[in-house]
Amino acid sequence: MMRFFTALLMGLTVLGHMAMAQDGPLRIEITDGVVEPLPYAVPDFVAENSAAGGYATQLAQVIASDLSGTGLFREVPQKAHIAKITNFSAPVQFADWKAINAQALITGAVSVSGSQLEVKFRVYDVFAGQELGNGLRFKGTVEGWRRMAHKVADAVYSRITGEGGYFDSRVVFVSETGPKNDRQKRLAIMDYDGANLQYLTDSSSIVLAPRFSPTGDRVLYTSYETGFPQVYILDVGSVQRRVLNSEAGTMSFAPRFAPDGKSLLLSITRDGNTDIYRMGLSGGRPQRLTSSPAIDTAPSFSPDGSKIVFESDRSGTQQLYVMPAGGGEPKRISFGQGRYGTPVWSPRGDLIAFTKQNKGRFHIGVMRTDGGEERLLTASFLDEGPTWAPNGRVIMFTRETQGASGASALYSVDVSGRNLRKVKISGGGSDPAWSPLQE
Amino acid sequence: MNGLTKIGFLVAALALAGCDNSGAFGLGGSSAGGPGSGQYEDGSVDDPTSVAHFREQVGDRVLFTVDQSTLNEEGRLTLLGQANWLLENDDYNAVIEGHADEQGTREYNLALGARRASAVKEFLVSRGVAASRLNTVSYGKERPIEICSAEACYAQNRRAVTVLKADVNF
Repeated sequence: MMRFFTALLMGLTVLGHMAMAQDGPLRIEITDGVVEPLPYAVPDFVAENSAAGGYATQLAQVIASDLSGTGLFREVPQKAHIAKITNFSAPVQFADWKAINAQALITGAVSVSGSQLEVKFRVYDVFAGQELGNGLRFKGTVEGWRRMAHKVADAVYSRITGEGGYFDSRVVFVSETGPKNDRQKRLAIMDYDGANLQYLTDSSSIVLAPRFSPTGDRVLYTSYETGFPQVYILDVGSVQRRVLNSEAGTMSFAPRFAPDGKSLLLSITRDGNTDIYRMGLSGGRPQRLTSSPAIDTAPSFSPDGSKIVFESDRSGTQQLYVMPAGGGEPKRISFGQGRYGTPVWSPRGDLIAFTKQNKGRFHIGVMRTDGGEERLLTASFLDEGPTWAPNGRVIMFTRETQGASGASALYSVDVSGRNLRKVKISGGGSDPAWSPLQE
Repeated sequence: MNGLTKIGFLVAALALAGCDNSGAFGLGGSSAGGPGSGQYEDGSVDDPTSVAHFREQVGDRVLFTVDQSTLNEEGRLTLLGQANWLLENDDYNAVIEGHADEQGTREYNLALGARRASAVKEFLVSRGVAASRLNTVSYGKERPIEICSAEACYAQNRRAVTVLKADVNF
């Protein structure tokens, strides 16, 4: 899946130099808490040749799915449109779109030449009667058409919210089938919206908690391939894998890449005691970073690589701690009621997401990196394992339902706590990890 | 690594095929190709030197309270029996599997299962079983035997199971 795109997405070209409404009326401030989503229209793209005909509708549908899926935008459905866009270059009749109360209008055109697909688009602030930013053009392969739709949606999202996008991204996770006492697990990768699912391992061994490299081309995970849990690295393109730590008599798990992509953090268990270590991808002896008799696990780097957040039960219960990247005295940051685990530093550096267990319920929450301003975003029988969207605005996690027929699923929620959604996948899923935005 | 897994799987499959009571085999929650390779024959529960006897009569598992890896009185009694059996039947090796209930995060439960398995190993070693005959593995919450979401099931899942294996290394 990775293969077809790496070399073929030619990037983007600025189409025109129209005035940009930088701080115009068409703006969503995500942090302010949007209650009323912004209405927009995305008519079918204009097919500029016959081979492109099939993509004209599909592109508009994926863009609409991306934007409406955020909960920040609301599509004015095509059947309510009173005008059609038949010429991408012709001036827009804003009155037609004002009449249906679309505040933003996205127009586009698509053409296909051999295996190449070219997409152009423009975004308009309907009530201001002007274009928002410049038109852009993307080129890629026809197989990668969904990525171009995601790129358009990312650009629209960014221009209106002022935040980075996240639609052109992927998620690696553990695909699950079977009952709780015979659960089959395999690594899988998909687009963030569940499309283009591809399996990376078979289900002959338990696999757990995959994590993307900073460039999204490799995955660290834990596998019971030898019968004992050990950390592996897998190349997403070739699906080649190798074990990273196979010291006899130890278990290793909970791996996570360092921001430089050259080393990783992991937990190693010796004689029943679990500590955090750092090791190079090229091998060498793991460097021990914690040395308490407690369970120290689930480490995650700050985006600048200077600090590590992790969980430890050294106080008697699971709590969150921050320590310098080279080890050293950890500082406890969680002080609320209950237990805290699986901390993950936001890619923006501003927040730490975590799993909280309190009074028989599980929550996904966020707090500042000093532990302040804790907010719980979800509550259920079992929520765990948050992962951040590349823009640090959305969190995906595992939700397991209760009872003998309990099953796992992937959910996403806004960092505001709104817009809780189940990610559409076939079968069960757990342990999602969100990729960075694709190049 | 691959070769070892395959061998382990084949031997386990053969053992299963040759066993009348295959449903009960591996009740400890180990899957085919689990830790260590080489399954012993199950044998008859009436034969005091058999795997079946160890599992059914001596008792292959101990249970733990929430979040704990401390052995209780009942657990210590079971383990005394295991230690004595292992000392008498010194051609057997064992992998001790530690497990947790589902009420915990995945990584923590892996570490907790490792503590439980280690507590059992330490007890057996303290009673004279050679450490080289024992290995430990944690399944965290990945291999529950009971699947209800209630304490009755959780109590059975918070366990350490001593699984007799020929080759306990990997």
